Amino acid sequence: MLTIKNLHANIGDNKILQGLDLTLEAGKVHVIMGPNGAGKSTLSKAIVGHYDVEVTEGSIDYKGKDIVKLPAEERALEGIFMSFQNPTEIPGVNNAYFLRTALNAKLKHEGKEELNAAEFLRVMREKLSSLEMKTDMLSRSLNEGFSGGEKKRNEILQMLILKPDVIILDEIDSGLDIDALKAVAEGINSMQDGKRTFLVITHYRRLLDYLTPDYIHVLKNGKILKTAGVELVDKLEEEGYDWIKAE
Amino acid sequence: MENNTLDKAVSADYQLGFEVDIETDTIEAGLDEETIRFISAKKEEPLWMLEIRLKAFKKWQKMSEPHWAHLNYEPIDYQSISYFSAPKNAPDSLDEVDPKILEAYKKLGIPLDEQKQLQGIAVDAVFDSVSVKTTYSEELQKHGVIFCSISEAIQDHPELVKKYMFSVVPMTDNYFAALNSAVFTDGTFVYIPKGVRCPMELSTYFRINALNTGQFERTLIIADEGSYVSYNEGCSAPTRDEHQLHAAVVELITMKDAEIKYSTIQNWYPGDEDGKGGIYNFVTKRGLCKGDNSKISWTQVETGSAITWKYPSCVLKGDNSVGEFYSVAVTTLAQQADTGTKMIHLGKNTSSTIVSKGISAMKGQNIYRGLVKVAKSATNARNHSECDSLLIGDQCGAHTFPYLESKDNQGQIEHEASTSKISDEQLFYLRQRGISEEDAVSMIVHGFCKEVFSQLPMEYAVEAKALLNLTLEGSVG
Repeated sequence: MLTIKNLHANIGDNKILQGLDLTLEAGKVHVIMGPNGAGKSTLSKAIVGHYDVEVTEGSIDYKGKDIVKLPAEERALEGIFMSFQNPTEIPGVNNAYFLRTALNAKLKHEGKEELNAAEFLRVMREKLSSLEMKTDMLSRSLNEGFSGGEKKRNEILQMLILKPDVIILDEIDSGLDIDALKAVAEGINSMQDGKRTFLVITHYRRLLDYLTPDYIHVLKNGKILKTAGVELVDKLEEEGYDWIKAE
Repeated sequence: MENNTLDKAVSADYQLGFEVDIETDTIEAGLDEETIRFISAKKEEPLWMLEIRLKAFKKWQKMSEPHWAHLNYEPIDYQSISYFSAPKNAPDSLDEVDPKILEAYKKLGIPLDEQKQLQGIAVDAVFDSVSVKTTYSEELQKHGVIFCSISEAIQDHPELVKKYMFSVVPMTDNYFAALNSAVFTDGTFVYIPKGVRCPMELSTYFRINALNTGQFERTLIIADEGSYVSYNEGCSAPTRDEHQLHAAVVELITMKDAEIKYSTIQNWYPGDEDGKGGIYNFVTKRGLCKGDNSKISWTQVETGSAITWKYPSCVLKGDNSVGEFYSVAVTTLAQQADTGTKMIHLGKNTSSTIVSKGISAMKGQNIYRGLVKVAKSATNARNHSECDSLLIGDQCGAHTFPYLESKDNQGQIEHEASTSKISDEQLFYLRQRGISEEDAVSMIVHGFCKEVFSQLPMEYAVEAKALLNLTLEGSVG
C-alpha cells in the first residue's frame, strides 16, 4: 500500500529521520512506538507533506508513484489522511461548511457527484451520533473553543466522512478521557474493511487495547529498529526502549 | 508557504475592466464657474440649485485638500478632469436605453430588465454622470415610496431636497464634500413615508465609463417616522492607466422609530500592482438618527479603488438611537485604504457598534480610523468596537487609529483590536483535507469576514463572497 525506503528528513537543521524503511500493508493496523524525539511525528508529517519537514533522501511509494514531491492537498485527495495532535482553530469557518468542502473536493477528484447540503447533512447526522457528538458541533467554527476531546472527535469525524485509504493517527489518544477514547476507537474500528491501512502513533497501550494492531514498529534514532506482533507492547511498557538496538 | 503562490492567489485580474463604446456627451476637462453653469443647464435645474452649486464652488476654492490620512498618492489635478459625461439620447423608458448600456450592466450581472425585477429589487443605474434607468418606480409609488435620481428629485420634489440636502453633510463639511456640492451630476433620492416598510430592496449601480471623467454622485435617503428601508449600492469602472476621481456624498436621515440599512459593495478599478491607474475614492457618508429610537446601519465591502478615503458615520441625536458600522476592506496590489467610521453620541441611551475587518495582501495598506464621541448630553451611551486585521504575505500593512472622546462618565465603551496572519498551520490543516491552497486562503478570509457578511442582504452576501474570491483568489490553478 505504502512503501517508505531509506527516508532521510530534516526539520530545520536537525536531521530527524535517517534512513527509515517501512512498508504499510493493505488492511493492516501498524503501530509506531518509540521514545520522545525519535521522529514519530516527523515520519507522519513526511508522509502527508507537512511544510516543516524537508525530505533529503529516499522515497515514499504510494499507488505506484513516489509522492515525496507531491503537494499536500494532492496526497490528501489520493487518500492519505492524518489526524493532528493539536488541531488548529480557524475562526469563522463553519465546521459543516469545511467538512462539506473537503468531502466535495475529494468526490470531485474521484469523478463522483458532489453532495448537496441536504444529502450532506444526512450523512453528517449519522456519523455524529456514532461518535456521540452534539449536532451543534456542525454550526460552530472549526475547532474554535473545542475542548481537547471535542477536537479529537472532530478529527475522527473527518476521517469517517472522507473515507481515506491510508489513515495516520498521530497521538489521537492524548488528552482523552475513557469515554472519548472508546468513541474514538470505535470510529477507527468501523473504518476497518480489510483494505484500509492504519498507522497509529502512540505512547500508551490503553488505545491499543481497543484496536487490533497487526504490527508494532519501534522508531528510535530516526529508524525503525524493531518490528513485531502485538505482544511487543507488554515488553515495551515494562522495559522501555533502552534495550532496543539496531537489528 | 511560498510567497509566489500566495501572490498569485491574491492578484486576480479585475473582471469588470471592460469599456463600452457608446456615444457620450462629455465636456472638456477643466473646472470653473462655467463648468458648473453647464452642468446645471444640462440638467435643466431650477435657479436655486445653481446658486447652491456656485456658492459651494466659491467655498471649495478657498479650501485645501486634506492630507491627514495615512495615504500616499500623486496630487490630483482638478483641471484635468471632465466633470460631465452623459450617454447621448437620454432615455424615457427601458426600451429607449442604449442597448450597449444594457449590455454593460448585463456584463456586470445587473440586468435592468425583468430578471432583476423578479428578485424584487428596484434598481437605479448611474452611468458616468447620469441616471439611465430606475426600475420599479411605479410599484413603489403605490406605497408612497419615492425612488428616483437626484436630478429628478430636484425637479419633482424640491421641498424635500431643499429641506434635507446638506442637512447632514454641510456643503463645506470637507474639501471633497464641497467639490461634490458644486459639481454633483447625479445620484439617487429615496423617501420612505411614515409607517411604510419599503416592500423591496432598493439598489443603485454606479458605473464610470468615459475616459478622464470624474464621478460625483449624491445620494439622499430620508426615512420618515416608523419607516424602514434597505438600500444597496454597487460600483465598478473600466481598467485605465490614469487615475480617476470619485467623490460622492451620501446623506441619510431617520426620523422617530425609523431604520435605514445601507449596504455597499465597492469594486472600483483598483489599479495595477505598481499603483498605476485605479480610482481615487474620496467619499463622505453620514447618517443622522434624528428621531428617538431610530437606527442607521452601514455595511460596506470595499475591494476596489487605488485610494479609499471613507468614513460612513452616524450622528445619534435621537434618544435610544442606534448606529452600526460593519466593514470589510481589502487592499491588495498597491491599494491603500484609510477607512472607518465616526459614531457621534448626542442623545440619551444611544448605542453604537463598530465591526471592522481589514485584509491586506501583496503591497496593500489598510488603515482603520474611527472616532467614538460621547457628548455630555448622551447619558448612558454604549459603544462596542472591534477592529481586526488580517495580513497575507509580508509586504502589506495594517494600522489602527481609534479615537475616543467621552464627556459622559456613565457610558460604556469597549474597544477590541487584533492583528493576525493566515498561519501556515491553518493553511496546511485545510490542505491536508484535500482543499487547494487558494480555496484554503479564501475559506480563512471568508471566516474572518463572516460577522460583516452576515449583515448583508442575502443576494448581496453572495455577490460579496464571489467578489472577495475574485479579488483574492483569481488565476491560480
